[in-house]
Order: sequence, then structure tokens, then C-alpha cells
Amino acid sequence: MSENTATAAVAPTSGPPDGGRARRAVTGILGSAAGRNTGLVVALVLLCLVGVITAGDRFADVDNLLTILRLASVIGVVSVGMTFVITGGGIDLSVGAIVALSSVWATTLATQSVANDAHWSALVFTALAVGAGCGVINGGLIAYGRIVAFIATLAMLAAARGLAEILSNRKTQIVNVPGFTAFFDASVLGVPVLVIIFVVVAIVGWVVLNRTTFGRRTFAVGGNPEAARLAGIDVRRHTVLLYTLLGVCCGIAAVMLIARTTTGSSTHGVLYELDAIAAVVIGGTLLSGGRGTIAGTVFGVLIFTTLSNVFTLNNLSISAQAVAKGAIIVVAVLLQQRLARRGDT
Amino acid sequence: MTSSGTPLLSVRGVVKRFPGVTALGGVDFDVRAGEVHCLLGQNGAGKSTLIKVLAGAHRPDEGELRWQGEVVSFDNPTDAMRTGVAAIYQELDLVAGLSVADNVFLGHEPATAGFTRRAEVRRRTRALLERLGHPDIPADRDAGRLSAANQQIVSMARALSRDGRLLIMDEPSAVLDQDEVRTLFRVIRELTAQGVAVVYISHRMEEIREIGDRVTVLKDGRTVATGLPAREVRTADLIKLMTGRDLEYAFPGREPLDPTAPVVLTVRGLAASGRFSGVDLTVRAGEVVGLAGLVGSGRSEILEAVYGARKPSAGTVEVDGKRLRRGSVGAAVRAGVGLCPEERKSQGLLLDQAVYRNITVSTLPAFARFGFLDSGAERVRARELTTALDVRPPGVDRAVRTLSGGNQQKVVLARWLLRECRVLLLDEPTRGVDVGARSEIYELIRDLAERGVAVVVVSSDVEEVLGLSDRVLVVREGRVVHEGPAQEIDESRVLDLVMGGTAA
Repeated sequence: MSENTATAAVAPTSGPPDGGRARRAVTGILGSAAGRNTGLVVALVLLCLVGVITAGDRFADVDNLLTILRLASVIGVVSVGMTFVITGGGIDLSVGAIVALSSVWATTLATQSVANDAHWSALVFTALAVGAGCGVINGGLIAYGRIVAFIATLAMLAAARGLAEILSNRKTQIVNVPGFTAFFDASVLGVPVLVIIFVVVAIVGWVVLNRTTFGRRTFAVGGNPEAARLAGIDVRRHTVLLYTLLGVCCGIAAVMLIARTTTGSSTHGVLYELDAIAAVVIGGTLLSGGRGTIAGTVFGVLIFTTLSNVFTLNNLSISAQAVAKGAIIVVAVLLQQRLARRGDT
Repeated sequence: MTSSGTPLLSVRGVVKRFPGVTALGGVDFDVRAGEVHCLLGQNGAGKSTLIKVLAGAHRPDEGELRWQGEVVSFDNPTDAMRTGVAAIYQELDLVAGLSVADNVFLGHEPATAGFTRRAEVRRRTRALLERLGHPDIPADRDAGRLSAANQQIVSMARALSRDGRLLIMDEPSAVLDQDEVRTLFRVIRELTAQGVAVVYISHRMEEIREIGDRVTVLKDGRTVATGLPAREVRTADLIKLMTGRDLEYAFPGREPLDPTAPVVLTVRGLAASGRFSGVDLTVRAGEVVGLAGLVGSGRSEILEAVYGARKPSAGTVEVDGKRLRRGSVGAAVRAGVGLCPEERKSQGLLLDQAVYRNITVSTLPAFARFGFLDSGAERVRARELTTALDVRPPGVDRAVRTLSGGNQQKVVLARWLLRECRVLLLDEPTRGVDVGARSEIYELIRDLAERGVAVVVVSSDVEEVLGLSDRVLVVREGRVVHEGPAQEIDESRVLDLVMGGTAA
């Protein structure tokens, strides 16, 4: 029944050309994103209401809202990358450790002196390269070494954080690259650069997942790897690319974290893997692969960050936050299963 | 052989329907205590469905089962086992990692207050293995480490541990070598002497003659003959019973093949260790070549090796005179080879994704500019193809899961049509496809050939292979045992070749 109406609604878009088509496409995308994510939107609005009621102006304050967004940005970038890997049928437990290693490597004395002598972007490239390298190793071990993703990335989790400790000698490395700090501390029209980066990563992520060959193959590889292989897709190469993409996202997150804290440290990014996976899953991406949504992930990240903010404003402990987080994950997944079953019939 | 008045199990008018297909259309037969009752029929005749009905895995839509004269209905396999019916499937269902004894008593462990009486389990397992003539199998060995033959014995012990009075064995000899088959037969004879009945399924005529008492023949889901004496009945008569159909599929007419058409696919000396060897094959543009053979004869593996999905140990594959890199699907696809795999759902389709995405998945670069997909164009092309192939219901945004088997197969064919392949490999193209859609798929395959595609068809349905192909290769135990024009060989001769008999 709903199947028929969906087909009917889609059919005309390819029919009439020109101006109306673009508009319809835009409203269609917004409409379907909101439609599929109704539950998440409602949850986020409810959370904000709770924030306004319990904390009043301290919550509904522009500075506070920007703080939420800034906090959401770092884990948000990682979660967008994680959405790709999970949609492609994988999992990556090493993201937090990769963020830590990238942040440390990008802030060593050597890197900083290069950054000061040449250009501050040397620091950025270092972080991205380290992230990408870790991703290539993860993907290579999984695709060509045939190690289960859970184990391969568990090994990376241990090794990358260990290497970060060795490089930094377990000391926090302060950033002293004026150009870098100035660039990332800035705001454009009142919006912090960190938030802009998150928005850009999310949009690019959405486009790549939904509008490119790469994205389409990701769904195929995650949905049925054997069928994808027999259809002529190089599943192993694609797997390496997916983990590399996530590694690059971790590198970006490391840069953002360095900017926010002005430090690189082996203790950065602890438990990011859990936060990212939780955000992806409550967003509606199937943990078994084949179905994924960037919009859902963004909502997932916002829900968790807003939740911590509301709890903090009300002076509730981190432990209470953790309990609430766990409850939200369970409720969200139960709801999704209910909806998915209704969608089938 | 005791032939008392009431049979142990009688099956009366059993009908089982699945969406789009009637798997069983009326099956009747009796099994007596202490006999070996052989079930014979071509692939798709309904044997597997019948086994599942008898073992409680499927409920029949019509008809009844009587156990020693009483009507019974099995809601699940446990019900059936309690009554005394146990099935030993082809894929043995032992839990690797658990011991032999644990496997035998899995699900009905003798226990005191939740604690398994381990000594008793081991003792009773040893007694059962002894009864089966295999005291050599250690009761505490990991079941996953046993040979296929011994695993079968353990499965039988499990059936007997539930006081099984009727054992159903689905092609038990398929995984065994000759000595092991002999041991199996000895065990079966001992069991039947104790009054246990065995329903034995096999394609091998000589086995049926050796171990069987009576034969029932199934064809297109119906009993066509029952209670035939296994030792006296003529092989030719059995083959005629298995093949003479009520349902005639229309095979499209074929044009005589142009003898000057260029050779597109050349396979030389292809081999994969333990699976098949020495396979030579050439297919011209516009030619359909059929591979006939039993399940497990190596025919699917040959196709997979040609496609690069399985790495051959020797031999070469050439398309249009260019040699393909061994074991590379990418190379085969680039050269214009397409495969419709045997397991459509697990190997061919992205079930939860839209029809159009399944069709374009092998041709994505054609719809992309700088990596960005034009999904409007994808839908338009997919719609053209689904209309041309008459995929029902229409609508390219529908998830493939919601289509019937025949329409799913058309989606896979559409994928390779879109790619305009030079060589199309079809593995069991009509498995799970209902009668109406079958003829349409045959038309399509013929159509493709007429457009110059070189087609290779694998099927266990002999009539299908003969009706579709210009040339036929018969495969038995990994070797091509016959090659020739399809018109010059008939169904009984092919069946005779694949079953390795000498009759007819």
C-alpha cells in the first residue's frame, strides 16, 4: 500500500523538466529526510524543551547553543565517517585511538617547527595523513588479511593509543602555531569555524553516500558482499577505501580537537568509538550494513550532545548522563525495529 | 521385511504451496516398518519439500499423515521426533565444537535439576554407536572433527536416541566414498532388521537396486508411481516415469546456428583441484551451450571458474581471443562476461534495495559523471528494461525482496542486458521460478542469443538444458562425459549419463 504511493510520488519527478524539478528535488530531499527522521526530530525537540524548562535562559542562550554545536562537531565528523563504514558492513573500534595518535603526531615539536617555518597547514596535513594511514592499515588487514573488522580495529585501538603515548611521552603537547590557532578560532557570521567544518563534512558525506558511484557501491557491499562481488565490484578495494575515508575523518576530528583544546594528547578521543557507533545506530543506520543515513547520524550526534549539555546545566553527574545515554540507545533501536517491521508489510 | 497390515506411516494427498508455486500437488505413499523405501525424482520434483513435511519442518496445506493408522500432525521437528520420525539432511546439522555425545542428546539431555548427567549421556551414546556398528567413534570427540561419513553416523545416532522408528536420509551417499557407502548400507540393513523404516533418497540407480525394497517416483510435485519393487523394476521405466511430464513448457524455436559466427568464449583445460578437471569449451556468438549434471557434479564450479569467482588450478579462459586474468571477477566483467548465480538471493541480489539499483549495480560508471550518479537516468533505463522484460509488478523503486522468484530472475537478467555482455553464464536460471514465468525466461535467453550473445546454461533440469541449448555437455563427477548437438541426444540418455547407469 505505502509501496504504491511511494512509486507514484517518485514517478513524476523524472517527467517534467526544468525549474520545477530542482525545487521538487529539494523539497523531496528535505521532506524525505524529515519524514524518515521524524522520531529523531521529535526526540531532539523534546530534549530542548526539557532544557528550556529546567535550565531556562542558561540553555536557550546563543552562546550555549554554539557550545553544544562546537562539542557536537568533533564527534560528528567521526560519526559521519563511521556511517560509511557501518553502511558498508564493517565496524571500527579504533577511531578514538586514531584521533589521539593524529593529534599527538600533528603537535610534536618537529611538526610544530615545520608548521611555524613553512605554513600552519603542515599541522593539518600531518593529522590527515596519520588518520588516512591508520585507515589504510585497518582496511588492508580486514580486506586482504581477512581479519574480522572487530578484531583488526581492536588491535589498532590498542596500538595507536600506545604509539601516541610513546610519541608524546604521555605529556600533553601545547600548540604554539599562531596561524593555526587564529584560523580555527575564528567565526564566520557568528558561526565558529569548527561548526562550519562539521556542516561541510556532513553535506559532503550525504552527497557522496547518496549521489555517487562510491556511495552506491557502499550500500551494495554492505547489503550483500557476495552479490556485490559477483556483480563485478571490487569489494576488497572498496573496503580499504571505506576505512581510509573514516581515517581521514578521524584526522579532521583531531585537527578540530587540537584547535578546541590547543593541545595534542594521547588521552584525546577516549571512548569516541562508542559515542560514534551509538550516534550512527540511533540515527537509523543498520549495524549489519546495507542501509545508512547521514542525516540520521547528525541527529544522533545532536541528541547525545544536547543531552549532556542539559544534564551539565542541571548539575547532574556524568554517570547519570551515561545511564540516560544507555536508555536512549535501547529505546531508539526498539522503535526502529518496530518501524522497520511495519515498513516490510 | 515385515509387511503387517497397517503401514508405519502413510501419506495421503499431501499438498504444499508456496507463494507462486505449488511444490507438492498431491503425494501418496506408504512406508512399512523395516523397509527401505526409495524416493526418486528429478530436481524440483518436490523431494526436499516432502522430506520437510514428513519431518515437521513444513506443515502441509492439504492431505494427512497417518502414523500406525492414527492421523498425526507435526507442528515442528520436535513433534515429529517425539513421534519417531527423524530426518538426516544433506547438510548435516551437527554443532561443531560440541562433543559427539553432546550432539546426540542435544535438546533432550537427561538431567537432574538442570545438571546434565554426563556419564549417562556418554554411556548411552556409546551404546547407540555400537548399535550402529561404530564403536570406534569416540563419544567425547569434537563432532566437527569427524569425517563426513562418521558425522552421518552421529546424526543417525541422534535420530535413534529419540527412539526414531522412521529415518529419512537425503542423498546420504553424496558425501561418501565407496567404502563408506558400503558401511552405511550395512548399518541400514541392521536397522531395518530391528524394524526401523528408512526413506532413502538418491539419484544413483545402483544404490537403489542394492539397498531399496520399494520405490516411489515423484514428478512435478505428484506421486506418479508408488510401491514399485526396487530390484525388479526396469531403469528405463523409472526414467520414463521421472521425465514424462504433464506440464509442457514452451521452448522457443531456434534458428540454425550460423557456422561462421565468431567464437566468443574459449575455455581450455580448466581445472580446480578436487572439483573438476580438463574442461574444454567453446561458445560462438549466438550459441547456447548447456551443461547438464547432478548437483555436486562440478557444473556450477565450472561456471564460477570461468567467471573468475573461483580460482582455477589450471587452464585458460579467453573472451574474443583475449586471455582473462585468472580468478578475477573484475577482469571477466570488463571483458563482457555476466553471471546469473545459482543462489539468486544470497549471491545475485541486493534484496532490500530498489529494483533499479539492482539493475544498474554493474554499470554504475555509465550513469556517473565525475563519480556523481544521475539516478533519474538510471530509473529511466531500468524502467525501459523492466517494461521490455515485463517485470511484474512494475515500479523500479520497489525493493527486490517483494518480487516473486521469476521476476527477481528477470531483474538479474536485466542487469546483464544493460551491460550488453558478450558472454552470459546462467546457473539454474529457472530455480524457484513458477511455470508461467519459465517460458518467458526461456524466450529471453533465446532472444539474447539471437542478438549475438554467447550463452552457457547450467541446469539440473535435463529437459530445460535440451530445450534451450544448441549444444550439450554432460558433466559427471567433475568431468565432461559427453558433448554433442542438443538434437542428437534425448532426455533418458542424458539422465543415464549423469546417473552413471548402463541401462536404457
